[in-house]
Amino acid sequence: MGIVSPGFHGRRSAAAPELPPGQYLTEDFPVLTAGPTPRVPTDAWEFTVVTEAGQRYAWSWADLMALPGQTVTVDLHCVTKWSKLGTTWTGVSLDTLLENVETAADYALVHSYGGYTTNLPVEDLLDGQAWIAFKYEGEDLAPAHGGPARLLVPHLYLWKSAKWVRGIQLLNEDEPGFWESAGYHDYGDPWREQRYQGD
Amino acid sequence: MTPFHGPYDDGDYADGNALAGPLREIFAVDLTAASGRCAHCGAEGPVALLRVYAHAPGLVARCPSCTEVVMRLVRGPNSAWLDLRGATSIRIPLGVE
Repeated sequence: MGIVSPGFHGRRSAAAPELPPGQYLTEDFPVLTAGPTPRVPTDAWEFTVVTEAGQRYAWSWADLMALPGQTVTVDLHCVTKWSKLGTTWTGVSLDTLLENVETAADYALVHSYGGYTTNLPVEDLLDGQAWIAFKYEGEDLAPAHGGPARLLVPHLYLWKSAKWVRGIQLLNEDEPGFWESAGYHDYGDPWREQRYQGD
Repeated sequence: MTPFHGPYDDGDYADGNALAGPLREIFAVDLTAASGRCAHCGAEGPVALLRVYAHAPGLVARCPSCTEVVMRLVRGPNSAWLDLRGATSIRIPLGVE
């Protein structure tokens, strides 16, 4: 094949999907992990919310399955610069889970089986922006991708979408999580390219 | 929260020699020859024998005995962040003074 003039393909920006700054498109689904992959049986799985007053709310797997689920198609943006577009997930909205939780907290620290943590403002968990997801492309979520259930917060870099999610601590003060305490940005908006502290 | 005791799959990790290049950029000595003591279980061993998870936003080095995090290293465009809170001490072999 010879060199083809870009003119034959029209303007590249018109054909390429729009990505956040610094990102490239990937078709596969890279597995990033900071440690061993927990194998959490669903009959032992539990999701908890603990408020700033110490009040604890808990859901078993059966409780989660009994809640109304949503299927959403969203784009994923990893801070390591890959983006994957049009991924379909099924899960329970955090709006549903937090509906009857009495809290005035502004901050959340998300905990995973295996010890991982990540922090984000409570408002980023609400208004149809976040889910506890348990199916990916119609199949049970594989452990490598965070199964049996992971947090899905697609408007922030993917490290915020904690795999193997186990609970959320609601806090009056912001507390940095695993990567946020090691140089990564506290908020992590891919469209503002908030990768590292100070970005 | 109380720790989840498993089961776990070990996943994909390298040995601590994967830290040699990135740490050489920061330290004048080769830290993979040093030995560290895990802050979680107290096990002591060479940095080169840590389990390094590199398919991640940074390098995460875990204790081969208890799998807890001993060291984290994040390299940004202008800075590196080194978190050693999982190590109570690092013993670095030096020449005779």
